Amino acid sequence: MKQRVILHSDMNNFYASVECVHRPGIRNQPVVVGGDEELRHGIVLAKNYLAKATGIRTGEALWQARQKCPGLVVLPPNYPLYLRYAKFARQIYADYTSRIEPFGLDEAWLDVSGENGERVANEIRERIKRELGVTASVGVSYNKIFAKLGSDIKKPDATTVISENNYKAVAWPLPVDDLLYVGRATRQKLQRIGISTIGELAQTSAPLLHNLFGKVGDVLHAFANGFDDSPVMQMDEESLIKSIGNSTTTPRDLICDEDAKVTLYVLAESVCARMREHGFLCRTVAISVRDNELSRFERQMKLEKPSCISGEIATAAMCLFRQHYHWPRPVRSIGVRCTDLIPAGIPMQLSLFGDEEHRQKQEVIDRTVDDLRRRFGHFSIQRATVLADAPLCGINPKNDHVIHPVGFFRDGMES
Amino acid sequence: MKERRYQNENKVYVKVEALFYPDGRLYPVAFWWESGHRYTIDQVLDICRAASLKAGGVGVRYTCLVHGRQTYLYYEEDRWFMERRGA
Repeated sequence: MKQRVILHSDMNNFYASVECVHRPGIRNQPVVVGGDEELRHGIVLAKNYLAKATGIRTGEALWQARQKCPGLVVLPPNYPLYLRYAKFARQIYADYTSRIEPFGLDEAWLDVSGENGERVANEIRERIKRELGVTASVGVSYNKIFAKLGSDIKKPDATTVISENNYKAVAWPLPVDDLLYVGRATRQKLQRIGISTIGELAQTSAPLLHNLFGKVGDVLHAFANGFDDSPVMQMDEESLIKSIGNSTTTPRDLICDEDAKVTLYVLAESVCARMREHGFLCRTVAISVRDNELSRFERQMKLEKPSCISGEIATAAMCLFRQHYHWPRPVRSIGVRCTDLIPAGIPMQLSLFGDEEHRQKQEVIDRTVDDLRRRFGHFSIQRATVLADAPLCGINPKNDHVIHPVGFFRDGMES
Repeated sequence: MKERRYQNENKVYVKVEALFYPDGRLYPVAFWWESGHRYTIDQVLDICRAASLKAGGVGVRYTCLVHGRQTYLYYEEDRWFMERRGA
């Protein structure tokens, strides 16, 4: 098989860079874009290089950032503007290939097989700089993993090529947590067995890694060696949506089932509205829960019948929550995710005894609510349940929904 | 969610007279500077997407010839802007 040419383009310090383009007055100051502190989303989402130089890190609390850098400019995120940029960037990519797989707003893989990767990468960088005013780093390689690794090596505004000839020299000396999917926990575990670079990981026997990490071990071994033949997805292929989910850090900690119910209903409504919009039904519902000490778990259950009815999904989510959470600590954030999606139009076995008519009516009501919200705004109609706690339900997850990078495997690693 | 717009000293939103052609092309014909003076665009030399770091914006940039001088006119979403000279 002919070798593929994959690019990974990553717009540097994306949110902060976009803000600096649009606000010339702050361009020479340390700038971070941070979440809403009143809603307890007060963390650094992005920073420019001047802020980075003061030691500010993405993900830390804004008060910590301000301590490190007293004159820090903190801006609220302007997601619609970032979306506009993401769209422009994709229009540029589309001039080179139709195989574009976005990874969040600011990153994308492109399959430009048959082209000179480095030349295309340089051209794309130049265009992003000229047309969007921000810089991008581009990695060029023969697989997605090394392409992504490459885009992280030289920043800002640089192209890095990791080829079959040089990957041992370029990729292998890098710390192991530069590799996609190696987070803090995996890094610590690897360090305990003496693996701290990608090269060391690559040269560790696959069975050993399998014993230690299970399936993830196989994946890590393959990634470190550049054995990755996962394709770059076509853009906008609806069928590739494997799950639809929403989660939120709530404006205050949740302390009882009633609080959880309000939030789960809001989230379920948003998830179901998106399923209906995309024409899907789901067969599995999952919830994720993170408590105020940040320990997190996820549980899922099969539905009796495929559904996109908000009430059914919310009930399932609440049922999962009641079964699996017994309030050892207050809850900080919570999410609902629907998976096992099937197209809404396919023929289905109806139940002889269940009340199909009632279900159909429920769906019609939901669609009517979608329509009302589209015409008159999200808060024009709400469930009585969620009105029980006004501040908690003051979120509109569907429209506030921001595309964060989905897992590399879309479906996550579970089988 | 609506995009928040920023006010920048050097970003001058202007009134523009433009022509939409049946094939979808859009050409500015004249603009009014903030003084109220109307300037006729003699020729559009180039059209491309570009960022204006001076004014702080991103849009379709029309390179225009006005009284023999080259100037940029940007069409950003639903508004036209120009860079303040000397910015």
